[in-house]
Amino acid sequence: MRLFEYESRQILEREGIPVTKAGVARTPEEAERIAREIAGPVVLKSQVLTGGRMKAGGVKFADTPEEARAHAEHILGLEINGHMPRGVLVGHKAPIAKELYAGVIYDGTRKLPTFVFSDMGGIDIEEVAETHPDHIGRGHFSTILPQMDFRAKDVIASVGITGGDLNKLTPILSKLARLFVKYDMTLAEINPLAQLEDGSFVAVDAHMDMENEARGRHKALLAELGVGDEETREAREPTPFEIEGERIDSVDHRGVAGNVTEFDGNLGLVIGAGGGSLTLFDAVRKYGGRPANYCEIGGNPSVSKACNLTKLVLQKPGVDKIAVMMSIVSNTRVDIVARGVIKACTELGYDPAEKIAIFRIPGAWEDEGFKILERYGVEYCDRSVSMHEAARRAVEKIGGQAAAQTPAAGAEEGTSGAATEVTQP
Amino acid sequence: MADGMFIQVEVDESVRGDAELAQKLADACPVDIFENAGGRVEIVPANLDECVLCELCIHAAPPGAVRVRKLYSGEVLQSAD
Ligand code: SF4
Repeated sequence: MRLFEYESRQILEREGIPVTKAGVARTPEEAERIAREIAGPVVLKSQVLTGGRMKAGGVKFADTPEEARAHAEHILGLEINGHMPRGVLVGHKAPIAKELYAGVIYDGTRKLPTFVFSDMGGIDIEEVAETHPDHIGRGHFSTILPQMDFRAKDVIASVGITGGDLNKLTPILSKLARLFVKYDMTLAEINPLAQLEDGSFVAVDAHMDMENEARGRHKALLAELGVGDEETREAREPTPFEIEGERIDSVDHRGVAGNVTEFDGNLGLVIGAGGGSLTLFDAVRKYGGRPANYCEIGGNPSVSKACNLTKLVLQKPGVDKIAVMMSIVSNTRVDIVARGVIKACTELGYDPAEKIAIFRIPGAWEDEGFKILERYGVEYCDRSVSMHEAARRAVEKIGGQAAAQTPAAGAEEGTSGAATEVTQP
Repeated sequence: MADGMFIQVEVDESVRGDAELAQKLADACPVDIFENAGGRVEIVPANLDECVLCELCIHAAPPGAVRVRKLYSGEVLQSAD
């Protein structure tokens, strides 16, 4: 869940990181009042959850409160990339001597948060990484062990910062790391982190993303920030496909067929179970497959729910086949899902053996499920085939690049090496 | 007798008109395959494929009166007479 700049700044302040003096205005009059209180030159920034504000005219500078009011009037009516602003941030235009970057991101590969620090701030960190990789310091840290300042210090020092500046910057990066963990962030960055002419450091702009699933744990913070329960803060409006997916899930209380998300590939996915969806989606991509959708199916959905979700996926333009894959399931019955997906194929006039590239759901009632799959000639596999291997087979069947990226035998994580239980029609 | 794609449920004609059984089956089945239609046992075809093979209907009925057939394997669930 993305947070607005003004919300991110509030979190920084809450956690003891200095920020420039600022306020958020909903009207031009408020903007004028805030500018008057700041009593100096100000910067006005559109509060939208999208990039490209500067280019779109959503960032302006003003020397007087009257000028601030006029700019605020313009910014508040300015749509940027389809987003109308929540308000306009009116902040002190501080006398900046140098711009730096401080951030914490999550490294999905190492499964650890990572400090990112650069002495080149004020521009996209991706651009710095590309053009001046030697100006970026990085370092992982633990989410379990206490956050130690020396780790942050090492990262800052790695870009050549020493002495008093190093000592002043260390607590800022360290506090950013602590708040990242404390509030279940997936991104927390200060860009620019400005060094003022008096030598002090202050956050001028901030951007934070909170893990969606963690919202329930941070109700007090979100209430303090004024984030309503109804605010999804999604990057875009749901598509008709996604709205229909949500409807299928909501009309039947049994089980879950949720988080249906549209992509533009040719392999439909009916996936889920205990984090299995993400792993499987990544696995399909790893082997060169192009997913048509993402979804999370589990919690023992009814046959009709599994059927309706499968129909939705199968009817999506461009979908050639579907892959039905899950992690090992305990409370979701394999036979029930098998019935649902096969029923969807036949009701749409397809041969399940043709349309289902692979069925890999091991777990409760799997023997019963396998009987159904055998009856309809659907290729299936049991737990001796890893999720990655199942995804690879699905991609291969649909003519993706899987064959070219086949892992060495036995190298696949979770593969038992035992003979695979695959039934061919 | 009524068929789904995967499941067929058979109820003996001799117990079809048993009002008490009709209610018992309607109460027992977790996926509403049985309906008490004015004291008669009726099957709801739209729900047949939702059958979770729990056998509650079989145990609620007199021995052999209700049978659940898996159309994909030919197996029949029924109580021993
Ligand atoms: S076996 Fe269970 S689910 Fe199936 S018809 Fe009988 S009571 Fe209903």
